[in-house]
Amino acid sequence: MKQEINTLLESYLAELGRVPDLSALERLRLEVLGRKGKLAQLFKDLRGLSAEERPEAGKVLNEARARLEGAFETARERVTSASRKGPAVDITLPGRVPQLGRLHPITQVSTEITSIFQRLGFEVAEGPEVELDYYNFEALNIPKDHPARDMQDTFYISDSILLRTHTSPIQVRVMEKRKPPVRIIAPGKVYRRDSDITHSPMFHQVEGLMVDKDVSFGDLKGILAVFVHQMFGPKVGLRFRPSFFPFTEPSAEVDIQCVMCGGGGCRVCKETGWLEILGSGMVDPEVFKMVGYDAHEVTGFAFGMGVERIAMLKFGINDLRLFFENDLRFLEQF
Amino acid sequence: MLVSLKWLRTYVRCDASAEEIASRLTMAGLEVEALSGRNMGLSRVVVGRILGISPHPGAANLQICEVEGGNRTYRVVCGAPNVAPGQTAPLALEGARLADGTEIRTAEVRGVFSEGVLCSEAELGLGDDAGAIMNLPAGLSPGTPLVEALDLADQILEVSITPNRGDCLSVLGIAREVSALFAAPWTPPEIVLQETGPPVESLASVIIQDPDLCPRYAARVVGNVKIGPSPLWLRQRLQAHGIRAINNIVDVTNLVMLEQGQPLHAFDYDRLEGHRIVVRRARPGESFTTLDGENHTLRGDMLLICDAARGVALAGIMGGLNSEITSETTNVLIESAYFQPIGIRRTAKGLGLVSESSYRFERGVDPEGVIRALDRAAQLMVELGKGELASGRLDVYPTLVRQQPIRLRVSRCVRFLGLALSRTEICRLLRSIHLRVRTIDDDSLEVVAPPFRSDLSREVDLMEEVARLAGFDHIPSTLPSALVMAAKPARTQTFRELAKETLVGLGFSETISFSFISRQATERLGILPNDRRFHSLPIRNPLTEEQAVLRTSLIPSMLETAARNQRQRKLNLRLCELSKVFFPRGSEELPEERFNLCGLLAGTRRPASWNEPAEAVDFFDLKGVVEALMGRIGISGSRWSQTSAVPFLRPEAAAEIHLAGAKLGVLGEVRPEVLEAFEVNGPAFLFDMDFDLLEEKATERKTFRTLPRFPEVNRDLAIVVPEDLPTQRVLDFLAEQRPEHAESVTLFDCYRGSQVGAGRKSLAFRITYRSPERSLTDEEVNEIHARVTGKPGQTVLQNRRGEPNCWRSHPRSSLLGARVLRGSTASDASQPEAIPPQRHRHTATNQGPPLPGTLHDRWSPKEACRLAGRRSRRA
Repeated sequence: MKQEINTLLESYLAELGRVPDLSALERLRLEVLGRKGKLAQLFKDLRGLSAEERPEAGKVLNEARARLEGAFETARERVTSASRKGPAVDITLPGRVPQLGRLHPITQVSTEITSIFQRLGFEVAEGPEVELDYYNFEALNIPKDHPARDMQDTFYISDSILLRTHTSPIQVRVMEKRKPPVRIIAPGKVYRRDSDITHSPMFHQVEGLMVDKDVSFGDLKGILAVFVHQMFGPKVGLRFRPSFFPFTEPSAEVDIQCVMCGGGGCRVCKETGWLEILGSGMVDPEVFKMVGYDAHEVTGFAFGMGVERIAMLKFGINDLRLFFENDLRFLEQF
Repeated sequence: MLVSLKWLRTYVRCDASAEEIASRLTMAGLEVEALSGRNMGLSRVVVGRILGISPHPGAANLQICEVEGGNRTYRVVCGAPNVAPGQTAPLALEGARLADGTEIRTAEVRGVFSEGVLCSEAELGLGDDAGAIMNLPAGLSPGTPLVEALDLADQILEVSITPNRGDCLSVLGIAREVSALFAAPWTPPEIVLQETGPPVESLASVIIQDPDLCPRYAARVVGNVKIGPSPLWLRQRLQAHGIRAINNIVDVTNLVMLEQGQPLHAFDYDRLEGHRIVVRRARPGESFTTLDGENHTLRGDMLLICDAARGVALAGIMGGLNSEITSETTNVLIESAYFQPIGIRRTAKGLGLVSESSYRFERGVDPEGVIRALDRAAQLMVELGKGELASGRLDVYPTLVRQQPIRLRVSRCVRFLGLALSRTEICRLLRSIHLRVRTIDDDSLEVVAPPFRSDLSREVDLMEEVARLAGFDHIPSTLPSALVMAAKPARTQTFRELAKETLVGLGFSETISFSFISRQATERLGILPNDRRFHSLPIRNPLTEEQAVLRTSLIPSMLETAARNQRQRKLNLRLCELSKVFFPRGSEELPEERFNLCGLLAGTRRPASWNEPAEAVDFFDLKGVVEALMGRIGISGSRWSQTSAVPFLRPEAAAEIHLAGAKLGVLGEVRPEVLEAFEVNGPAFLFDMDFDLLEEKATERKTFRTLPRFPEVNRDLAIVVPEDLPTQRVLDFLAEQRPEHAESVTLFDCYRGSQVGAGRKSLAFRITYRSPERSLTDEEVNEIHARVTGKPGQTVLQNRRGEPNCWRSHPRSSLLGARVLRGSTASDASQPEAIPPQRHRHTATNQGPPLPGTLHDRWSPKEACRLAGRRSRRA
């Protein structure tokens, strides 16, 4: 019997070493350790042995069962871990990249500008791109035959209709409709009759306007400083330079420290260390008069900036025309 | 405007460096755009004295000169006819750079070594004379750098003058600003006249017939002038400001204009008929030849300076050929006038003739400066032209131009600027720019601006001057107290962003193209005059024919963008643009502006990859994009219909999208002939949507539906229909059945093959049933499903008509005439996903290539719910 037990033990131990998967293992387990399995049969056979032989054989049998149970556990672990192992992957092969598009850089920058001002409480406003001469010029204190009209070459549709040359008419349209306080930010396309490396017949502006009691020039400086620091970084210096716009008085151009050279002077800033990024000023009383606001009651400021200009500075783009060629090799960089 | 710093410094005693002056001017609103040195190339040109001349052995027209140039003598080969021993002339040595950029090098000239070049005025950029070497004053010591000897060194400021600052279009004007900014003394030139001639009234007369256009006209007469070239210093000054020297008389008028800002004109007195000046409007159609030889036809609102018989000058713009100063001139009448800026601007614009003079008059000159400039010119003409000045001047000035006093409130100024300045400080700043300031009371000042500052007429103008002079940088930055809440973004804006972001997520890159296109572009799309888009708004003054009209469609630009990218070997195109299109209304009305959304798809479905075959995109890729987009932006319940009415889309693969009777847009495959016209390689697919309409129809509201707690039960059915029956019809039919508890219907297969017969297709749908209240039993689902399909496998609906035309006009009967191939029990409630769709693919006959044009359509869950809900309420 002892011989028989050892043969059984050896053959199953060998088989357990080879067992390929869990189901084969289970089949083996039932065959040898199951209630009707071979060990159970041997235990039953013990009863046929003599009293002297029985303890000895019982001991051998119990030991054999313990060893088999241990071996089954080992085999189970081996088979399980083998079953969880997948095929090898060369993870250095390129991934299957879903195609992702890009928003146009102008959209990205325009949205960034607008949202900075939205966080400061400015509401988005819009207006028509084909505009009346009245809104584009006259209501902004640029009468016919004023030399300031030379500052902007205009596309005309008729004597009184034109393509807006700036987003400023939106100011007027909003003020005509609403009583102060007014805080708006107005992005959009604008058109000027000019085309070369630094001028595009169509480009984008963002216009801002704030009107309330006691808005001061200092407030204009404060708001634009917040904007510049959020847009270009908290360390970028800025300066306000007197200028002239017919619809603001005083008028100021805002320069930021050159983002290319940090103010030391380079080709981009023409060695001045400064880059002009926007025009601004206190709303001229004439404009308030045109929209029926009382210039004694309220004051306000307005500003406007070219989106392309800011995008060029932000991304280091050197040719304005790239924006409207829509070359994917360009668009995909942003 | 260009300003010679050397000249400027003669009128303001300021020791600051050029850079510092430039920077202060810039920060005071007179932006200096450039600062450059003059005559920089002449650093290696010295004064030379010719000691001796010998003939050149190899060339008859050349001579060899021994030239003394400081501590040594140079041998120079020279071909000038006027070279003579003892002459002093400029000698360019090795390294000098001439006006045309030539660099001088020691070189052999016909076998003789030449160590430099004796230069003409033209070669040095000092004058026009190129025929002879320049004669220098004999007293100059040889070897002295020419720049030093002739005082040629200078720096030029290029100042950008804003339209409100006409007073700064002169050297004196800028000097006045510099004097205010640096608190430096301003020293205008002293004018001393020697009036030796007869009284001017006996020589000439002035009549202003149109004082509205010419408020002031003054004149002097200078007799017996000697016309000749101006001295070097004068020519240098003109040249530094970009004006060509002509002769001493004309040069004086230009010099005084640059100095004083007052444009002048000099007439040949003897050519003025009747020696009279009549200032009048031109007769309409009157012809006049300006001194540049151009002939102009004048309008009735243009001002003409005339003599007794005819026009002699276009007022404020340009003189006439008939009375200009020539070498024969002996007597000169000088005009100094104040012309109405608007009149000058209209005339200059009308004739397309802009001059230094019109530029200044447009911006307003100083009406008081008229006399100063006249006298200054007379002084210089006497000095330089050896003339004899008639005594007295003619000055017609019917209505005095006066500056009104302006009240300035100190407290308001302080509040408005946010800058704490005392009254005294404000007074000091305003006085520094020659304003007269009088204190009224503690808070009020009365200010009178000088006549040259016509831009100062209101309190706010004075506050600007205060801010400008105090320096914007000294105003502290503050934040308005009112800023508390963040503004809610406008819906239009967020909606546009949502649509674009969605498309970007679907692989589309946004493009932005010009709003103007060529007239022919819409025609190239095949759009005909009966289409609204045929009629675009023309630009009256376009830059090019390619940008002649405002676009009525984004498609031409989109196709051009596609072509441009394909030329760059970018072939997998997913492009979209969201921009406005323009439709004309009445001629004096603004056009209708609408946002359109256009997208283009071409190339392969995914970028080329090592483990995936490249598959070309097709109609259903595009349709899927549009479906995903509409789902994301909140458009539901749209209807799609086949169309042959879109001229640029292939009628076989073109669809219109409708919602509640409104056409949202079209999509489909672009016609090959249109692709050819735009040089696009096909196939290409595009969609074009009326985005404003999408926005109007989209629902923003999102409502939560409880997640289903009970399992779904799926049942499949298939139906054979004629090939040209739109699948939508079948879906509509199923929807009309309103099966109880139906949650969605999904088309999962479209099969064509021998088993269903030619000209037919089999459509397989899966209906998902689910109750929100309990688990449905197989039995009840079978019962509901059977009402839709008839018994499984049984042919319940006989096809008796079979005429496709008839099906189309009677959709209901067409479906009644269809035959249910199989209505199988797809799955049971406990194993909703156990049956792969593959099993329903009619595998017995489906052995060909993958089915082309597999349709996939789905009820939106919301709709299905509504459907189920309505049904249950009825039940």
